[in-house]
Amino acid sequence: MRLVAEPIARLIEELNKLPGIGPKSAKRLAYHLLRSSDEEAKALAEAILTLKEKIKLCSLCFNNTDCDPCRICQDKERDHSKICVVEKPSDILPLEQTGKYNGVYHVLHGTINPTQGIGPEELKIKELLTRLKDGSVTEVIVATNPNVESETMAMYLQRIITPLGVRVTRLARGLPFGAELEYADDLTLGQALENRREF
Amino acid sequence: MGTSRNYQTQGIILKQTKLGEFDKIITIYTPEFGKLRAVAKGACRPKSKLGGNVEPLTHSLMLLAKGRNLDIVTQSQTINGFLALKSDLWRMACGLYILELIDSFTVEGGENRPLFDLLLDILNQLSEPDSNETVLRYFELHLLHHLGYRPQLHRCVSCDLPLKPVVNFFSPSKGGLLCPHCNSEEDHRYEQIEAISLKPSLPLSVGALKVLRLWQSCDYATARRVRVKPELSWELERVLGEYIRYILQRELKSLTWLKELKKEIAAM
Ligand SMILES: [Zn+2]
Ligand SMILES: [Zn+2]
Repeated sequence: MRLVAEPIARLIEELNKLPGIGPKSAKRLAYHLLRSSDEEAKALAEAILTLKEKIKLCSLCFNNTDCDPCRICQDKERDHSKICVVEKPSDILPLEQTGKYNGVYHVLHGTINPTQGIGPEELKIKELLTRLKDGSVTEVIVATNPNVESETMAMYLQRIITPLGVRVTRLARGLPFGAELEYADDLTLGQALENRREF
Repeated sequence: MGTSRNYQTQGIILKQTKLGEFDKIITIYTPEFGKLRAVAKGACRPKSKLGGNVEPLTHSLMLLAKGRNLDIVTQSQTINGFLALKSDLWRMACGLYILELIDSFTVEGGENRPLFDLLLDILNQLSEPDSNETVLRYFELHLLHHLGYRPQLHRCVSCDLPLKPVVNFFSPSKGGLLCPHCNSEEDHRYEQIEAISLKPSLPLSVGALKVLRLWQSCDYATARRVRVKPELSWELERVLGEYIRYILQRELKSLTWLKELKKEIAAM
């Protein structure tokens, strides 16, 4: 016998699939929505539907966008000779929030993972190379995560882009703010030392 | 291990998969317990003390706690991060292939100390600047040996006569060489069932056989001194590759990437 009505159970199940939402939070959210007004519930449902309907990939940089090319790619104020390469759309926001970057982006939608059979052809790498063809881009900044797969991809990008006469740089690696030296791994600590600079 | 709920082991991280938002399941190859899977809690958090210490291609000393299902990594300290290996695309690709080989050939549990020693030795060798393809072939050959698939390179696997210094034929299904006579008999059998195109044996030159025999019986320091011509190198890659593919019944994913990379590097 079902302990809760089917529509409630279904919503709990769906909410439970979201990251960071365990069964208890899912239940709490479901009952919260049940108690909320019709308008509020409808607004949420519509927001989700519109998201899926309106958001496409930018045909230039493959970021999520509701217009094509996206607002960043259209922006004449930005420096289009610099492309910052990221693994996923959500990596762009933190970079934008630094306020220190005025170039454009390219989203690869994943990272090379040899042992899982994800090679360059699965990612938007061909499309990146196409953007480099006309010679207007002078620098590609590789902003990938510091792990083995992303490291592999960064080296691969460097290997294929450098011969095109484009400068390839990458984010400096080092200790995250708040980290403790004692617990840092070799790779991080080694790179932090290599990337050291004057005060 | 005693009755304690905590135990310590060194190991080489073979792979990691995300578990939920912040945790990772890591697969470790250890000297005492063979292959082991454990949970690294919070390893994806930026301030995690585990973080880089549980990345693949890392030799770490770990403290684990017995868990209900999987054990839990409570502390991890890097012994060797193989940084030189990780800073070169080709060697990184080789390293990942080596890890996938170990992962594919082993099941959880099952101590195999010589295999651990081989893995550690080869990753160290691969960190040397002048490492080449030999390191992969040497690893494949000795991995097969430590797992009970040592190829028979001295006597014909069918008639048991000593092999002559002529072109012999490697049979993956028989795990060794066939003399020309037995090989043509095999041919004949396959012709009769009209499946000659499926005949699985590969010709092996005298030179390639010599190299394989030497590598099978020497340490890596000696093996790396053998100069192998490109044709021979290709022959060795093919024979060992086919044998491994026959045993695993599939192609390793990282090998596909390694081959592509080799083509691209050669083209540049
Ligand atoms: Zn765009
Ligand atoms: Zn024979």
